[in-house]
Amino acid sequence: MKFHRIFAVFLRYFYIYRRSGTRILETVYWPLLDLVLWGFVTLYLSRSAKGLPQFVAFLLGALILWDILFRSQQGISVSFLEDVWARNFLNIFVSPLTTWEYLLALMLSSLLKILIAGVVLTLMAWLLFSFNIFLIGISLLPFLILLVFLGWAIGLITTAIILRFGQQAEVLAWGIALLFQPVSAVFYPVSVLPPILQAVARFMPAAHVFEGMRSVISTGAFPKRELLVALALDVVYLAAALAFFFWMFRVARKKGLLARVGE
Amino acid sequence: MREGRGAPVVDVADLVKDFKKLRAVDGVSFTVSEGEIVGLLGPNGAGKTTIIHMLLGLTTPTSGRVRVFGLDFGRHRSRILQEVNFSSTYTDMPYSLTVQESLRVFARLYGVRRREEKIRGLLETFGLTDIRRKQVRHLSTGQRTRLNLSKALVNDPRVLFLDEPTASLDPDIADKTRKLLKRVKEERGISILYTSHNMIEMEEVSDRVLFLHRGRLLAEGTPAEVVRSFRAASLEDAFLKVARGKDAGGKGTALP
Repeated sequence: MKFHRIFAVFLRYFYIYRRSGTRILETVYWPLLDLVLWGFVTLYLSRSAKGLPQFVAFLLGALILWDILFRSQQGISVSFLEDVWARNFLNIFVSPLTTWEYLLALMLSSLLKILIAGVVLTLMAWLLFSFNIFLIGISLLPFLILLVFLGWAIGLITTAIILRFGQQAEVLAWGIALLFQPVSAVFYPVSVLPPILQAVARFMPAAHVFEGMRSVISTGAFPKRELLVALALDVVYLAAALAFFFWMFRVARKKGLLARVGE
Repeated sequence: MREGRGAPVVDVADLVKDFKKLRAVDGVSFTVSEGEIVGLLGPNGAGKTTIIHMLLGLTTPTSGRVRVFGLDFGRHRSRILQEVNFSSTYTDMPYSLTVQESLRVFARLYGVRRREEKIRGLLETFGLTDIRRKQVRHLSTGQRTRLNLSKALVNDPRVLFLDEPTASLDPDIADKTRKLLKRVKEERGISILYTSHNMIEMEEVSDRVLFLHRGRLLAEGTPAEVVRSFRAASLEDAFLKVARGKDAGGKGTALP
């Protein structure tokens, strides 16, 4: 593994973001829109329903964390698509870059996206709604990292499907994470789900993360069990996603799709 | 099997590629020697691009052996690709990067030492210095081709694979590109495997040509030898005999 090769691919994404105002806008536009919308809804609800004073923290915290998951997934799949759209994919894959190095570069670029979106959202939540996510405390950090890993796992699966089925599958890059949202209990506790979906949610790392976040906010206690379950599930998801990606990569090479997706 | 002038740097034996029921490449064997320009020619669907993709590891061969610099490609992919490069009319550099940034990315990717000096030299060689701060999206087709070629030389490759590098260029730029390739080959001793549908270009540039049809190697030799073997007046004439033999539905009765 050579760091200069990982850095080179990361640099290519960095140059795009440095130059393209629309890319930066795209990264922050939807999350900001969500933030403003949900921010006002939560203000209204917290004023009307006095028994639920933590509405703002619950919903805005969930919104910011969900966006981190979404951006980390997009950081993988949309960065991959950037190379496909620019017909630059072949240039990268005929270099000595290994598949692992490419994936690490995608993960680095995803961290860049998360950083941009995270900073803007945190700042705007504080400015508009006086919501300071850091007040939730350092306990939130491990959950945040677990969400990033889950986003990478979903991003890898999306990318593998695009490799196998071509650009007709690229719509997944924007929609696939949303499939997981209802059973991830982002804005409500798992207990409100019907029993069958509660069973599904138990196998969703994100559901444990969001349950953990609500526990941190409401009791201040660190939910060790939720964290460990989310970690174990994340390891399984990431390993399965990597195995799926490498399998699809091999299939794409065998069927000549790798060359076709890049032209 | 005819050997080229120097030691073989690319050695392909019994290469086969099947896509479901279609045999795209059918037992092709050839070598490319040090400092040699070899032209791969044949009608559409002959298997030229598939062969190049297999030599670059983009497509896995169904069977056969690919050795580059004496090393097995499957086992030494990264090591081989460090000294190989590729340019195709069907690929591009990242649109939103400038010419200079694109070359910086690829110079880093190949671990080039003294990157800025190297990039300056390439910009000068390919006449890109004045447009080095221009984004790729704003370049003309000719400028993009020159940028692609300069990227292909950023790592001082020993072997260069070029897939129709002058397609979509006007005759003037195409001529300049051919001269540039010949100069690069003379100065750096690079081996080049080249595909093109321009037969005049093939005759002008190639030391040797490999004539493919339906995935099979029909003939190989210097352009003059191949023309003779087809009893044709020129490479273009030979090409038309092969292509029209196929169109007539026969097995290529005009073939040697």
